[in-house]
Amino acid sequence: MSASQRVAAVAGSTLIACLLASIILLRQIDGMRSAATIQEVLYISSPKLLKRLSLGYNGLLADIYWTRAVQYFGGKHHEGARHYELLAPLLDITTQLDPHLSVAYEFGSNFLAPPPPNGAGQPERAIQLVEFGIRNNPNDWRLYYDLGFIYYMNLQEYSKAAAAFLQGSRVPNAHPFLKVLAAQMAEHAGEIQTARLMWLTTYQTARDPSIRANAVAHLRALQVDQDVTALEALVNLYREKSGRLPASFQAMEQAGFLRSLPVDPLGQTYALEANGQVVVRDPDDLPFIRKGVPQGYVPPARPKFLPND
Amino acid sequence: MNTRIGLIAANTFREAVRDRVLYNLIAFALLMSGAAVLVGQISIDIERLVVVNLGLTAVSLFGTVIAIFIGIGLVSKEIDKRTLYTVLSRPVRRWEFIVGKFFGLAGTLAVNTFFMAVGVFAALLYVAHHFQASDGWVLVALYFIVLEFLIITAIALLFSSFSSPLMAAVFAFSLFVIGSFSEDLRGFAAMAHGPGRWLALAAAYLVPNLSALNVISSVAHQQAVSGRLILYNTAYALTYSALALCGAVLIFERRNLK
Repeated sequence: MSASQRVAAVAGSTLIACLLASIILLRQIDGMRSAATIQEVLYISSPKLLKRLSLGYNGLLADIYWTRAVQYFGGKHHEGARHYELLAPLLDITTQLDPHLSVAYEFGSNFLAPPPPNGAGQPERAIQLVEFGIRNNPNDWRLYYDLGFIYYMNLQEYSKAAAAFLQGSRVPNAHPFLKVLAAQMAEHAGEIQTARLMWLTTYQTARDPSIRANAVAHLRALQVDQDVTALEALVNLYREKSGRLPASFQAMEQAGFLRSLPVDPLGQTYALEANGQVVVRDPDDLPFIRKGVPQGYVPPARPKFLPND
Repeated sequence: MNTRIGLIAANTFREAVRDRVLYNLIAFALLMSGAAVLVGQISIDIERLVVVNLGLTAVSLFGTVIAIFIGIGLVSKEIDKRTLYTVLSRPVRRWEFIVGKFFGLAGTLAVNTFFMAVGVFAALLYVAHHFQASDGWVLVALYFIVLEFLIITAIALLFSSFSSPLMAAVFAFSLFVIGSFSEDLRGFAAMAHGPGRWLALAAAYLVPNLSALNVISSVAHQQAVSGRLILYNTAYALTYSALALCGAVLIFERRNLK
């Protein structure tokens, strides 16, 4: 081997070793600085100042802030956080830098408004954000939907929700569901079918995967609530006819009360407690359920509904 | 250090001084004294913040410009002037030439940064009238800036080893900008799906992570920098510089200089 070849071999192997070492070190540094970046970002919290500093590249800066908002929420949610103080300012900066970034409003309505740990618990800030979006994008029907969604889901202000849906239904090319939702609000606000229609519309129209995953988790929860109500009604019927509680669902199936063993939306069979209560087997996988929760169950700090789960 | 590498480094330093590289210190001194006087007159309770932010940003930008524009000419200038042939006709190996050039420019930048740091602290003393314990973190930020210079110098040298000075400047500057947003690049990669995610992740880990070396904002707000971050940033900067230098050596070893 010539001297030059020796040098090339040493340099080549050192290069590969350094590349691997730099990746390992970078991962360590990222772990230490995940929150630091966002903190530093907000040292400049004025969107107007940021717009000037961006020298006209505010679209690119908005994309960067949007990524940071998603990373911030995703990271904190992953840790099971109960406070998301920076989510609202990050989304404010993002949308003021690019008022047409409609996915940011969608994200805000889904994760800024709900109570912790699934959101920042700031419905007023979410409404301000979406109203800012509507002022800047009056022909985007999704924003009216988002506004109605916050009023319906988080504030239970059905008349305001109906007004938002109705206003949105008048926008050219609006989703036909908006008219239906406006009518539903007037007649059936608070009913499970209305909630299902809302989450289904969110699932069908949302573009962000985490919003879609959130909608799916809520749809599953509504299904469980409905299943448990129906199953407990059957258990009561069984008790009325036989004079005792059923020992299991198999017993109910044999007695002709069920065609097959009931399963939850994730394919797990429901469990029947000795007191006749119907519960899900793995409540960790079904966040947001209101019925079918085993007694003494403590929900995990980190709810499972994001795509990374 | 190898004597030959030391000699090449010393010559590179002398050449940089002869090229009036250190003249930038005059511009820096004017900027800092102007800022200190102006901020002192405005007095809106953020004098210290402004001086630290402005001073450290200027140190970083001045040094980066020097690292790129001197670094890209380190090899090509020697070829153009034909002095490289004289050097390599002596018992000097090509890799020693590259490593010597790197240390020479890194030394120039370290000396330059030292004088600029003196300027920053002088301006700080002028506006705040006394030093605080938290001003020590400014030294950490300056140390990180020097680490950043090491990476940029190595990158400039890498591009200088195979392309024209103009292209090397474009490549090095682009990588500096991308590196400054590297944490966001990894954020974008994390949000991507399918093969695009892996490509973006590979790119994100390949570009230098300069954003972790930028703690200017936090030290301006008197926030501490963890010892672990200092340790890992040091290791990362040395590793990445070695990586770029190895690339430069590999290319330069195979380059036909006839």
